[in-house]
Amino acid sequence: MTIAELANQGKFVITAEVGPPKGVDIREMLENAELMRGKVDAINVTDQQSSVMRLGSLPVCSLLKERGLEPVFQMTCRDRNRIALQSDLLGAYTLGIQNVLCLTGDFVALGDHPQAKGVFDLDSVSLLRAAKNLEQGRDMVGNELEGAPSFCLGAVVTPGADPLEPQLIKLEKKVKAGAQFIQTQAVYEPEKFESFMKAVAYLNVPILVGIVLLRSAGMARFMNKNVAGVYVPESLIDEMEKAEKRMQKSVEIAARLITDMKSLCQGVHIMAIGMEKRVPEVIEAAGL
Amino acid sequence: MIISEAKPFPEILKSLEGEQRIFIVGCKGCAEACQTGGETQVLEMAKQLKQEGKTIVGHSVVDFLCDKALVKFKLKPHENAIVSADSLLVMTCGLGVQATAAVVDKVTHPACNVINVGGSRGEWRGDERCLECGDCLLDYTGGICPLTACTKSLINGPCGGAKDGRCEFEPESRECGWHLIYERLKKLGNLDKMRVILDAKDWSKMRPPQDLRSTIMWALERKEKEASAK
Repeated sequence: MTIAELANQGKFVITAEVGPPKGVDIREMLENAELMRGKVDAINVTDQQSSVMRLGSLPVCSLLKERGLEPVFQMTCRDRNRIALQSDLLGAYTLGIQNVLCLTGDFVALGDHPQAKGVFDLDSVSLLRAAKNLEQGRDMVGNELEGAPSFCLGAVVTPGADPLEPQLIKLEKKVKAGAQFIQTQAVYEPEKFESFMKAVAYLNVPILVGIVLLRSAGMARFMNKNVAGVYVPESLIDEMEKAEKRMQKSVEIAARLITDMKSLCQGVHIMAIGMEKRVPEVIEAAGL
Repeated sequence: MIISEAKPFPEILKSLEGEQRIFIVGCKGCAEACQTGGETQVLEMAKQLKQEGKTIVGHSVVDFLCDKALVKFKLKPHENAIVSADSLLVMTCGLGVQATAAVVDKVTHPACNVINVGGSRGEWRGDERCLECGDCLLDYTGGICPLTACTKSLINGPCGGAKDGRCEFEPESRECGWHLIYERLKKLGNLDKMRVILDAKDWSKMRPPQDLRSTIMWALERKEKEASAK
């Protein structure tokens, strides 16, 4: 079932993600995905995350689908123009993939091929619109399709952005353009998240709170310094620093955040970033 | 020379919706040569807008509106009229609109589309400010071009990468274009403009049309080539 279908049934949606490898050895990634079987509702497959060239999201989504796992096809506007994006959307549907997360994408110069030309022919809003058009049997210029796909379209938001208003304005545009579910950037402050949820309640769209597992105090500090809209409070950094068993602490913090925020939203998206094997523990510890 | 063409009048009129008192700005540089924003076109526009029931509180045709350093100085004598206006209609290239927006705290509407900068970057040095996209969006973005001010040329709002108003790419030297646009629109009480979903850019408008290719410098260059071929 798609994410929107689950959310509409009132199910608290649980998603996690896997990152395709740089290369073709997919064993570990598939193992990680297997560990999540039966524990999560869908698995996001990142699209050359951080602008680093690697195996693509679409073939990996297809591999998951073949194995009976529900994928979320992450799609950025960084590397493809509107012709390729629309074509890949059609491709995804023919492979049985319906959940599509529409993203702008990081700037190319931040990745491992800074020489590349960034595309950004579309932005996340126009990508959502294009996908919506395809569902109605038309491409972006109005040509008729032979057979229309059907998707469950998602988008993202950064609840901790400062100022928040530009993000909210864009979120509203994303929902108007067709987003049926929203996944958020990592959140570590439940109180702030609560006021964010109040501010977006009028949009009436299922929101999956983003949880990034903390590997160490250093990682938390790095994010505070470098990642837009992500703030790990000092108290959590302290906990990580003092923990004897860091991995256990990391799982405990993630589970606590989920417990604190699950009544506020419609689901959770767990980004393990290298700690995929811990995802089942997080879910269990959070009592989901 | 920066080559501009007039936006369709209905589009201009729509951008002025809800605004009564208009100040018109033209330019004695390229816009005059393109017959899009010289004295003649400014007066014609004033006449047309009056017919549509607008009040024209004044106009000014500045030489080289792209020279930001000059714009404030040149508009100074019109200060009272400009202050009394609801908005400014700028009948020049995107540089002129942006230079005006940079010195006047009023909504500045573009009346033209730039289809080619013909190798010129105007007199406002330091940055590329007009991408000659052929379909000027400055009306929606507070007179700050999202195509040149945003590293990713996003047109529907910021990505999630900006931090403290700086771009995710080279933050020490780049501001987030959308942060600037947001602050500007907020200051002008015009944030609704940011809520409009803009269609994906039609990049084909960047290609100068055939009739233009048969004029001005293209024609000169072709003649040169023909001459040297002989």
